[in-house]
Amino acid sequence: MALDSSSKRVFKVVGTRPPRPDGVDKVTGRALYGADVSAPGMLVGRILRSPHAHARIRAIDTTAAEALPGVKAVVTARDFARLEGDKIIDMGEDRTSLRDVRDNCLARDKALYDGHAVAAVAALTPEIARAALKLIAVDYEILPHVIDVDAAMRPEAPVVLAGRAHENVPGGMSPNVTNHCEFGHGDLEAGFAQADRIVERSFTTAATHQGYIEPHACLASVTGDGRADLWCCTQGQYNVRDICAELMGMQASQLRVTASEIGGGFGGKTVVFIEPVALLLARKSGRPVKIVMSREEVFRATGPTVSASIDVRIGMARDGRITAGEAVLRYSGGAFPCETVDMGAQAAFACYDLRAVRTLGWNVLTNRPKEAAYRAPGAPQAIYAVESVVDELCQGFGLDPLEVRLRNAARKGTKSSYGPTFEAIGLEATLEAAKAHPHYSAPLGPGQGRGLSAGFWFNFGGNTSVSLSVNTDGTVGITEGNPDIGGSRASISLMAAEELGIPYERVRATIADTSSLGHNDVTDGSRVTFAVGLATIKAARDAKQKMCARAARIWGIDEEAVLWEDGAAKPSGPNAGDFPPMTLAEIAAVSFKTGGPIAGHNEAHADGAGVSFGVHICDVEVDRETGATKVLRYTVIQDAGKAVHPDYVEGQMQGGAVQGIGWALNEEYIYGEDGRLQNAGFLDYRVPVASDLPQIDTVILEIPNPGHPYGVRGVGETPIVPPLAALSNAVSRAIGHRMTRLPMSPPRVLEAINAGR
Amino acid sequence: MRYVRPETAEEAADLLGREEGVSRILAGGTDVLVQLKSGLVEPDLIVDIKRIAGMRDITPEAGGFRIGAAVSGAMLGEHAGVKALWPGVVEGFELIGSTQVQGRATMAGNLCNGSPAGDAVPGLVAAAAVARIQGPGGTRDCPVAEIPVGPGRTALGKGEFITSILLPARPAGSGDAYLRFIPRTEMDIAVASAAVSLTLGAGGRVAAARVALGAVAPTVRLVEAAADCLIGTGLGEEALAALAAACSAACSPIDDKRGTIAFRSQVAGVLARRAAAIAHQRAGRTS
Repeated sequence: MALDSSSKRVFKVVGTRPPRPDGVDKVTGRALYGADVSAPGMLVGRILRSPHAHARIRAIDTTAAEALPGVKAVVTARDFARLEGDKIIDMGEDRTSLRDVRDNCLARDKALYDGHAVAAVAALTPEIARAALKLIAVDYEILPHVIDVDAAMRPEAPVVLAGRAHENVPGGMSPNVTNHCEFGHGDLEAGFAQADRIVERSFTTAATHQGYIEPHACLASVTGDGRADLWCCTQGQYNVRDICAELMGMQASQLRVTASEIGGGFGGKTVVFIEPVALLLARKSGRPVKIVMSREEVFRATGPTVSASIDVRIGMARDGRITAGEAVLRYSGGAFPCETVDMGAQAAFACYDLRAVRTLGWNVLTNRPKEAAYRAPGAPQAIYAVESVVDELCQGFGLDPLEVRLRNAARKGTKSSYGPTFEAIGLEATLEAAKAHPHYSAPLGPGQGRGLSAGFWFNFGGNTSVSLSVNTDGTVGITEGNPDIGGSRASISLMAAEELGIPYERVRATIADTSSLGHNDVTDGSRVTFAVGLATIKAARDAKQKMCARAARIWGIDEEAVLWEDGAAKPSGPNAGDFPPMTLAEIAAVSFKTGGPIAGHNEAHADGAGVSFGVHICDVEVDRETGATKVLRYTVIQDAGKAVHPDYVEGQMQGGAVQGIGWALNEEYIYGEDGRLQNAGFLDYRVPVASDLPQIDTVILEIPNPGHPYGVRGVGETPIVPPLAALSNAVSRAIGHRMTRLPMSPPRVLEAINAGR
Repeated sequence: MRYVRPETAEEAADLLGREEGVSRILAGGTDVLVQLKSGLVEPDLIVDIKRIAGMRDITPEAGGFRIGAAVSGAMLGEHAGVKALWPGVVEGFELIGSTQVQGRATMAGNLCNGSPAGDAVPGLVAAAAVARIQGPGGTRDCPVAEIPVGPGRTALGKGEFITSILLPARPAGSGDAYLRFIPRTEMDIAVASAAVSLTLGAGGRVAAARVALGAVAPTVRLVEAAADCLIGTGLGEEALAALAAACSAACSPIDDKRGTIAFRSQVAGVLARRAAAIAHQRAGRTS
């Protein structure tokens, strides 16, 4: 396939906006989510959680709970299969320790955060299950806890877990410091020496939750002969299977995992919490067990993002050229080690073409729930800090923040701050589009401020399997293995229709269980439209080749003399013979007489995902008497490579912006002195509501990704990266005071205004 | 848990009075059901008062209106008479929850929940509303301002419950308003709030005023010193600034996840000033 054809290609189906295939089911309530599956004889599973931020578990007495009529099983960490050492599970973009997953699902020796699961029951009714939890006696020895990332780095801090530091962490640091990373190039001090002005600032960002509407839910069934079925709400059924099989001591082939329709994930459903517990209860009780988390459990015990503390130092010449940039990032992914700070340290300066740049990252353990991926994990925090300092330098020199970014923008051939040299990228085009947008030159009123930020995400490809069957009625079924969190069924169907030359309406994409298709990496890294799309195109090409062979057989000519054009097989030229084209439907209709069913498939590891850039412009008005920030206008400009289904691309851009706005203004995990989470619900964990927001304007740019036949880039993660700094820059300009802490909740903004009075 | 739905107020009071365990009254249920589901309370007895005669009625009385204890926000919001007389009371009540919640939530319930942040309460206190209470021994009237005695606690005795709230008559040239501060624009709980009710007299000067603050003390607080800043003035800048200062001074809030002491005190004054301006405008319209 000629990769350079993508820029000139005229699409027929890709780029249209057909109605979403899951829409009717969702608005009529037919869609089956995680909690909607039931089985005969099913029990209710409930989990007992630690009320302490940090406590040694001296003993757990479950005898009274087990004796309660209606209780069919009680489990603790001791019920998991024995692990010989640890095992690292490769999840595609991410890696995770099997031991940590196990100890997070059910605490072993210590409860490491408020809400950490310590035991679970399966009972006939929710009332009995709830009563049984009260009968479980846990003997806790309460230990000192640490919540703040900077406090946890101090040598005298309470130790969350000892012996977990990587080899490159220097000795003498708190055992809570587990990971260290460093990226960059050039002579930093020489760069700073060239600067006319240097700004150094420290920033903090709060842990925020993905805020998906559907709580985690699953149904587990284990038979007496060791087979098991698991239905669950997840972004990656194969990963769930691999982890659960290991923890249960089962073979992967004997555990079938089916992903339900999913009510939001954003990265937070790439890991397991309740699934292994439900399997343990099902095996012990001999009956199917369903566990559905409450909203409170979701907040207390599933993954928020990291909390962060970041120092940034940037030097700039009078003409706006950045001469050097340096950042130190301290991230906490909660009570277990995580590598998210690596991604933050790589992403921090990715938007810039710099001669001297260095980033240092540290991961620190705290008594918080284990971090889970959240849209571009690690990048929003780092880029918020960098883009804030760039904005302050622009203000100091009286320079236009877009011109400064254009002057320093990474482009094709730039050696990125994290190592690789960029191929064709869309940052300059995105900045130019922002400059040309009427929003950027619209006048501002009194008390208003405009903020700008660029953003970046790597994107990912990964392991993918797709099967495409050509039905005898001329329709096509696609079997793929990635839960649809952002419109992938529609996008995949569009790409199949494009490649095969048939209408979109004749294609239906279905998400397979783990027994029905080869492995697929988790739905993460903005990988699905790129990687599954790529595999679908290749599977369609495989099917086309087979259909050409069928036509050749019917016509009695060589396979090489048949080509596929406009949805039909045709003789390749006059010498091949004079036969009328055979459409897909015509070939499919006679397939049983020409060699049997026709299907295409593709299994591959997709590379070449192509990085993605976006620029956001935000106008706010701050009430100087209350500190309340109103978002007046918001524009997202992003390079999508090729927007396969533009509605979904715009939805991703808008959704990322909205989540970022929430993160910037109000969302945060709030802990009391006792280390307990105080806002485990949507009342006090404040995601934006519709009336908080203006219509989010979008501009899609299409700078084709050379690594995909249609030029597709992932689009789902980049849009959450720029909002933090766009909002902070807008608020800082509106109130005349540089904000350095997120969220910018009204009390903090009012305090800053009062300080400047 | 027993659920009963008595036909008369006397019967309900008798049931509640004789109950030895934990009892809860069910009207709209927008607080009680949430508490039940979250395991916050495990009552032995639930008394549903919705079927008692008059509970869902809005009745004109002596130039004012008597609001039954089970009247929902949606019902009150559609009542032109109450809205014209006490717009600030109605707008406060209508801020509670979503459209769905408004279909069930009641003012009496909001009052009896005992939260200092209840959005219906400051408006009722500023209006000098009076609650009618049924108890095992008969009925009594009590100013709304005296019902809450602490967070989650009320002045109601064993077996007592509110059957109606009287919004009194008021002279022409009166107006009221309620404002709350929330970090969002809806679906939230007040961090600070203020209700102002005032009546204009000769020469457009304020003849009477009542100011109530919410979420800045253990209970909704009637601030007479703040009202005094308005009475006799034409509501100029100076009077409004004095009002704001008096309100801020009257606050004794807590530092918590929703706001700091400094923030709540400052914003309560701002809200009172803004609410007074709205009430003033409304009073001008009816004079």
